[in-house]
Amino acid sequence: MTLGASTRPLRKQLASGMPAARFAVKAVVLLVAITWLIPTTGLLISSFRTRTQILESGWWQALTHAFDFRQWTLGNYQQVLGSEGMGNAFVNSLVVAIPSTVIPVAVAMLAGYGFAWMEFKGRRVLFSIMVGLMVVPAQMALIPLLRLFVGLDLNGTFFAVWLAHTGFGLPLAIYLFRNYIGSLPRSLIESAAVDGASHLTTFVRLVLPLSVPIIASFAIFQFLWVWNDLLVALVFLGGTQDVAVLTLRLSELVGSRGEDWHLLTAGAFITMTLPLAVFFSLQRYFVRGLIAGSVKG
Amino acid sequence: MTGLNLAANRLPRRWTNRLRTYLFVGPALVVLAVFLVWPTVNTIRLSFLDDDGEAFVGFDNYLFALTDSQMLTAFRNNVIWLAVGTVATVSLGLAIATLVDRLGKRAEAISKSVIFLPMAISFVGASVVWSFVYAFRPEGREQIGLLNAIWTSLGNAPQFWLSNSPWNTLFLIVIFVWLQTGFTMVVLNAALKGVPSELTEAARIDGAGEWQVFFRIVVPTIMSTILVVTTTIIIGILKVFDIIWVTTNGEFGTEVIASQMLRQAFRLFNSGKGAAVAVVLLLAVAPLLVVNLRRFHEEEAQK
Repeated sequence: MTLGASTRPLRKQLASGMPAARFAVKAVVLLVAITWLIPTTGLLISSFRTRTQILESGWWQALTHAFDFRQWTLGNYQQVLGSEGMGNAFVNSLVVAIPSTVIPVAVAMLAGYGFAWMEFKGRRVLFSIMVGLMVVPAQMALIPLLRLFVGLDLNGTFFAVWLAHTGFGLPLAIYLFRNYIGSLPRSLIESAAVDGASHLTTFVRLVLPLSVPIIASFAIFQFLWVWNDLLVALVFLGGTQDVAVLTLRLSELVGSRGEDWHLLTAGAFITMTLPLAVFFSLQRYFVRGLIAGSVKG
Repeated sequence: MTGLNLAANRLPRRWTNRLRTYLFVGPALVVLAVFLVWPTVNTIRLSFLDDDGEAFVGFDNYLFALTDSQMLTAFRNNVIWLAVGTVATVSLGLAIATLVDRLGKRAEAISKSVIFLPMAISFVGASVVWSFVYAFRPEGREQIGLLNAIWTSLGNAPQFWLSNSPWNTLFLIVIFVWLQTGFTMVVLNAALKGVPSELTEAARIDGAGEWQVFFRIVVPTIMSTILVVTTTIIIGILKVFDIIWVTTNGEFGTEVIASQMLRQAFRLFNSGKGAAVAVVLLLAVAPLLVVNLRRFHEEEAQK
């Protein structure tokens, strides 16, 4: 499922017969696309304007003299990254998101293989529970989890957040990996077994390399999910400034500096930089990953 | 004797087999049990205890969850969210998917990218983006929010868009639609490409207009995908709390069930009430959970 269009010239020729109709379709799509881009554009432009400029005129007015470079400033970014703590939060977001992606991938790949190619009691029932768990709202687990982490003195630590994200991400990961590994040809797995390979060898030498596409899709989905998550961060990292991740910091900024648009726009754009970079550099995997992850709801 | 011998021979093998299974599936099962299943079950227990999690209070928390005025507002808003948000996201996605399918290859890819782009942005980030669009300043001052700038240029008085319940919920839903239409559009666009062109061509040759072809042939053919996308969006909407949390912080009557749960549990520290609200949320999701499970078993049966 990529963004590229499939080629079916015949249908396209027939379907868009009249030039007037074809023009209308183009115009409508163009209008929608522009509408979709405008909000982010306004944010981006404003993030480079000074506080007074933002309050004195709309961002669209800056475009009438766009090449007057004296009006643009990097000061908002400086302030937000420095004294407003977004720089620190950016690092924290990475520290949270990378292990929260790697751990579930590792655990779920093993389990996915087990569910796909090993016989054991309760396999079907356990897997059905997994499918059900994918849809259960995270809200259902938060209160006892917080109590558990407080009891173990883990609350407010990255470790707690890794564990929580691993738990919430696992059902989807196991579901995707099991389906993918299960669709590998049986003959391939069996021939490896005939050659005397143990399950572990088959897994490491054969299944893991073959599963790179699904791992990439899930990893991108999970990474962005964690990066963009406010829920888990709010509950398990809330309250302490030095461990706050980007989403948390931005939402606090909205609360404390609600009218300081020069800071909010720059702050919001900082939270978007990494996901946008992923989007533009890995678009195919990005789309695949998000579509695959949509089962999670 | 031979039987015993056989059993003895078999036993170690069965044990190594079992051990191997545990090695693969065990870690996942332990993590799920400790960090997902046990807490979920425990939340149900907590929902019958008082707000300190100590004394049994029967259905008191549920009485609160179903009758408290804030909760009633939340229910009303969730109904609006579900009705408007789902219909808007799915139908807009379908409309755009159909239109871009008629563009040239390059134009199609670019416009799909543009609409899909917001999927990369967090709900928090998107909420800031749109709060800025909705920004309000009193009459007579320069309007810096795009919506009010357009609105006042048409001769109207500036509006504090997010203050007027229940209409403000519609403005919040726009944020969700902006984020999620890319998803419905891409999935439905892929489904559209799977509609056999013989079907649509035959209808056109029989004299069917484009609207008829669309509603009588295309939509029924991709109905199963439309339903899958719709359930996904419904589950997504039920879990949305961040948009409310960031834009209005639940004020002006914008609260929903998911945000009420967080407020009760982690702002007001009412664990019993919070747990009951979480269970209510689970019950709202439950029908879709059943649909998902049924779909899964059907797929399995076909394998």
